[in-house]
Amino acid sequence: MIELENVAYSYGDGELLSDISLKLAPGSFHFLTGPSGAGKTTLMKLCYGALLPTAGQLRLFDRDVRAMTRDDVAMLRRRMGVVHQDCQFLDHLPLSENIALPLHVSGRSSEAAGEDLGDLMHWVGLTERADALPPELSGGERQRAALARAVIMSPDVVLADEPTGNVDWEMSQRLLRLLIELNRMGKTVVVATHDLGLIRATKAHVQARVLRIANRRIQLAGADL
Amino acid sequence: MKRVFGLMRRAMQPDAQADRVVPSSGFTAQLTLFAAGAMAFLAVFALALSLAAGRLAEQWGDELARTATIRIAAPDDQQQAQTDAALRILQTTRGVAQARALSDAEQSALLAPWFGADLELDRLPVPRLIEVIETAEGVDAAGLRLRLAAEVPGAVLDDHSRWRDPLVKAASRLRTLGWVSIILIAAVTAAMVTLAANAALAANAQVISVLRLVGATDDYIARAFIRRFTLRALIGAAAGMVLGMIAVLLMPRGGDETASFLTGLGFQGIHWLVPLLIPPLAAAVAFFATRAAARRTLEGLS
Repeated sequence: MIELENVAYSYGDGELLSDISLKLAPGSFHFLTGPSGAGKTTLMKLCYGALLPTAGQLRLFDRDVRAMTRDDVAMLRRRMGVVHQDCQFLDHLPLSENIALPLHVSGRSSEAAGEDLGDLMHWVGLTERADALPPELSGGERQRAALARAVIMSPDVVLADEPTGNVDWEMSQRLLRLLIELNRMGKTVVVATHDLGLIRATKAHVQARVLRIANRRIQLAGADL
Repeated sequence: MKRVFGLMRRAMQPDAQADRVVPSSGFTAQLTLFAAGAMAFLAVFALALSLAAGRLAEQWGDELARTATIRIAAPDDQQQAQTDAALRILQTTRGVAQARALSDAEQSALLAPWFGADLELDRLPVPRLIEVIETAEGVDAAGLRLRLAAEVPGAVLDDHSRWRDPLVKAASRLRTLGWVSIILIAAVTAAMVTLAANAALAANAQVISVLRLVGATDDYIARAFIRRFTLRALIGAAAGMVLGMIAVLLMPRGGDETASFLTGLGFQGIHWLVPLLIPPLAAAVAFFATRAAARRTLEGLS
């Protein structure tokens, strides 16, 4: 599904990631952890094709990312749900339209979008906030909305970068339950976080693999916390 | 051409949701509307100038090409005889539809602007003028000159080409300048729309980033901007065209021959329909300018 082989990524003179080899199998649950600045977000961006490796080979859905055009990457993103660290919404559109954006972008009909959207808004508990603009939402609501937008296309992979970074413990547990539910539905889930409590809580419910990034490399793969 | 129309039709297909993903930006919207409107207004005048100059070139060319003047400069006692001889030659000359000697009153009227209305022709050695109107096939000027030289020594044929040609050339040049102006107006419109589109694209980098995150192709993102700028250019140009045509319509008409160029500046007959092409052309210019700007920007943001 997502396969990295001796991947390195450099920006300017500095190497941010080095010799990363990783295989994300369908239906698996992965945590990416490590100190701030370790390269978690960079690795996530590589995984959804926002960055290209400067060395090594990166394959997304069995295709070499270097051989893809921007439109090819855009098409692949429709099979991936991304929860960005700062959520990223279109602030001038109401929440419901933001969540439905992937459907519109991929040319799905409004009727189909309406049906999926209603279910999803209910699932993340945002039905009452459908008409609110993103700047009017709380941190937790934004995170749940970002998760809803990430899964509305029923993607094969969900990549969440610090999804609980700006929310309280109760909300982070709620988001965690949503991610676990997605994994039980057969989705591959990758969560970048430095919240060890979140990782422990997850491992109580699902088999999760923990990947620790330090010194530009994955140092612990498959280790239990 | 078919491919270009297909491209434009596809990009301009209404998509309410896609139109909403890009927030409306006051500055770029106003700039595009104003630029398109002002350029369309100027284009109407350039078009009016070009078409009027074209009409004038044709009119001068046609009218002057079909007339000639023979000047008889002979001693007083021979002038009438030479005038009669010239008229006889003209009667048998192929290509002459009509020839007549101007009367004293007509010659006085011609000289009045320089010598005053009370001019007595008898007291001045004024040559006699013969007006020649040619048929459509025209007169062989060289042959006629030879015959006149042999039989009417005081006759000089003026076929008007000496001053007709520069006039026709000037009118033709004016027509060309009108078209060049229209091309420049189109280029300036493209530049202004490109500027506005670049500003809008730069201001919406975050929107583009979100759209890419959710799987939007470059084509989808570009279309959202293209549709907006093309429609703005169309609306602005339509308003500018209407105002321009009203201004042309309100221009004074009539006047004497010397003012006919200025008072004739406008459209005639079917030419009134030509400015209707300006809004769709402005929209086409905006379409391609925005498309190029969007592609360049999206390439740069990758």
